[in-house]
Amino acid sequence: MKVFKLVFKNALRHKLRTILTIIGIAIAVMAFGLLRTVVTAWSAGVEASAANRLITRQAVSFIFPLPYSYRDQITKIPGVDAVTYANWFGGTYIDKNQFFARMAVDAETNFDLYPEFLIPSDQLTTFKRERNSCVIGSDLAQRYKLKIGDEMQMDGDIYPGKWNLVVRGIYQPRDKSTDATQMFFHWQYVDERMRQDNPGRAGNVGWYVIRISDPAKAGTISDQVDALFKNSRAETKTETERAFQQGFVASAGAIITAMNFISFVIIGIILLVVGNTMIMSARERTREYAVFKTLGFSAGHLVGLILGESLFISLLGSALGLLVTYPFIAGFAAVVPKGFFPVFNIEPITVVLAASSALLVGLLASLFPIQRALGTKIVDGLRHIG
Amino acid sequence: MKIPFKYIVRNLGTRKLTTGITVLGVALVVFVFAAVLMMAYGVQKTLVATGSDENVIIARKAANGEISSIIDRVTADIIMTLPNIAKTSDGRPIVSGEPVVIINLEKIGAGGVSNVTVRGVSPQAFTLRPQVKLKAGRMFNTGARELVAGTAIESRFVGAKIGDVVRFAGDNWTVVGTFDSDGSGFDSEMWGDSNQLLDAFNRNAFSTLTLRLERREAFHDFAAAFEKDQRLQQFEPKIERRFFEEQSELMAGFIRILGIFVTVIFSAGATIGATITMYAAVANRTIEVGTLRALGFRRRSVLAAFLTESLVLSLVGGLVGLFFASFLQLFSISTLNFGSFSELAFSFALSPSIVLSSLLFAVAMGLIGGFLPSVRAARLNIVSALRSS
Repeated sequence: MKVFKLVFKNALRHKLRTILTIIGIAIAVMAFGLLRTVVTAWSAGVEASAANRLITRQAVSFIFPLPYSYRDQITKIPGVDAVTYANWFGGTYIDKNQFFARMAVDAETNFDLYPEFLIPSDQLTTFKRERNSCVIGSDLAQRYKLKIGDEMQMDGDIYPGKWNLVVRGIYQPRDKSTDATQMFFHWQYVDERMRQDNPGRAGNVGWYVIRISDPAKAGTISDQVDALFKNSRAETKTETERAFQQGFVASAGAIITAMNFISFVIIGIILLVVGNTMIMSARERTREYAVFKTLGFSAGHLVGLILGESLFISLLGSALGLLVTYPFIAGFAAVVPKGFFPVFNIEPITVVLAASSALLVGLLASLFPIQRALGTKIVDGLRHIG
Repeated sequence: MKIPFKYIVRNLGTRKLTTGITVLGVALVVFVFAAVLMMAYGVQKTLVATGSDENVIIARKAANGEISSIIDRVTADIIMTLPNIAKTSDGRPIVSGEPVVIINLEKIGAGGVSNVTVRGVSPQAFTLRPQVKLKAGRMFNTGARELVAGTAIESRFVGAKIGDVVRFAGDNWTVVGTFDSDGSGFDSEMWGDSNQLLDAFNRNAFSTLTLRLERREAFHDFAAAFEKDQRLQQFEPKIERRFFEEQSELMAGFIRILGIFVTVIFSAGATIGATITMYAAVANRTIEVGTLRALGFRRRSVLAAFLTESLVLSLVGGLVGLFFASFLQLFSISTLNFGSFSELAFSFALSPSIVLSSLLFAVAMGLIGGFLPSVRAARLNIVSALRSS
């Protein structure tokens, strides 16, 4: 037990150096936490996806529509539980810097397929009844200070013209990973206007969402759907919601790779800072270590002393770093353009990664000084001038 | 009197390991700092090079990108009658009405699919964009379902080589040639005939309209005439260069915010590393400092000497970092551009301002990190410094 006391006392011998090192680690851990959080936020959609939902879209790419008539054909496939559909509306709300998903959906079925959007039943009933109404996520309501009955004016691009919608419902996210920044309104409302202004584009659906009763059959049902429309003018591509989301994440792969790379550089920098401190401390104590050896302390004791100090400093630093990460990330979320990340949480995996890398850094940083301390002959050590 | 520079530099050589570690720390930070700026600048440079100052592009006001813009033929005809549009030798306006769509192609190696822009162009497009040159194969035939692929697409996607067939819109499209556009965003596109694409997609509206002005300065007059026309209220003319630059803003801005945020934070780590090293340097040389002071060197000279030492340390780190970062220019990466929703290939690009800001950044780390230890050295009492062991 004496070793622990010695480790502690040793760490405090150069108070300023130890404190600086701890602050250095804390800052780096914070940067690490931020980067990892951005990476996980990117794939939030993948985490939030349900196993029993399939997405069917045009095979060429998501910007091409599918005919509304596909709906009945898909519904007839055995194993298909329910089908809903939606269109990406796009357009602008207030100005071009306001990002959030605006979708024209089938009001009757949309919320049945997405149980993670919690909406009071009376609000849902009103939404279903009124053609020009919309439902928005609670985060959106907060961001734009909207309440039930307020009007939202949108400027359409894919669907040209001005669109006025009345907020009739505000949904709450069920899970932490649920996106509460979406806006839903009636597909029928949009379609009616297309029928008048641009008949060629009426009756189009952006994508179908299919709920299946048995997630294990996702593969076969996907194939069945695609086979139905093979060689038609609008061939389909059906995949699980998870695969669909992963496709979006993968498309920004280069950036994610860069962020992963940088987060490892950060660990490298922590290692350099702690390593530097430990090397300095060990060098200064070369003579002491020789004295220890003369007194009969074993190599294990020396290892314990150096390793213990290194671990003590790096763990303290990372604990402090993790503590400040939370308020810090809240600050970052306020700086990035609104709506860039619908879901921005510190995942448990981030904490685990940070803690385990601190442990690893503590270990690695002590290797060199340990090797030096053990390798030095007693006589040379005693003769050493710091 | 000043302490000789040689003395300062040679001090750094006495504890090579610690000096090396500190230099490496600064180098890593500067490397990441420069890399992030180079990435953002690369995106911007590519898209700025895509547009020309002499061209005007017309899109729907509310549209966030080319793919969500729609211009019907009636509107396109109205626009073509506006004044100040350059004419060909046989008197036709130099205008290209372009349907822009996205198709999914499979990426080579990485697996998975990504979005590729397919642009339908009229024959005038090559007058509008002289930087686009055929590299291999031949140009598409206006009467056939044929495409030419940009160099970045040809090398990164499956089925985009000459002779390959791409299937979309219920038709087979043969790739008959590849083109190069001097590293602009067009390198990441596939081009075909405007009418062929409109026909295949059963559309009768363009996405955007690009035209050449008689003179660069005529934009103001053109825009004024454009705005006066009641039928064009929903559309907006923009200088082409500006239009494409805007498509880079979201992406470049995001990379910059994130990158600078992160590097500034962990530069604090490297600064602390420098502080620790310099404190140790001061502690090790207490007697030396006492001697220097006894010889008549002023406090200010001692302060300057230690600060210089720290500056040299960080500047070397900065140069090492930049040296390795400059090799990134050889790499070209490709990612989804949020502005256009399609794949964009770009290279890391170094600019004088990036070099300058990286070095300034390194120097700042050295100055801040070395300041407190230098002050301590300068404030040492001569007698007790000489007496310390």
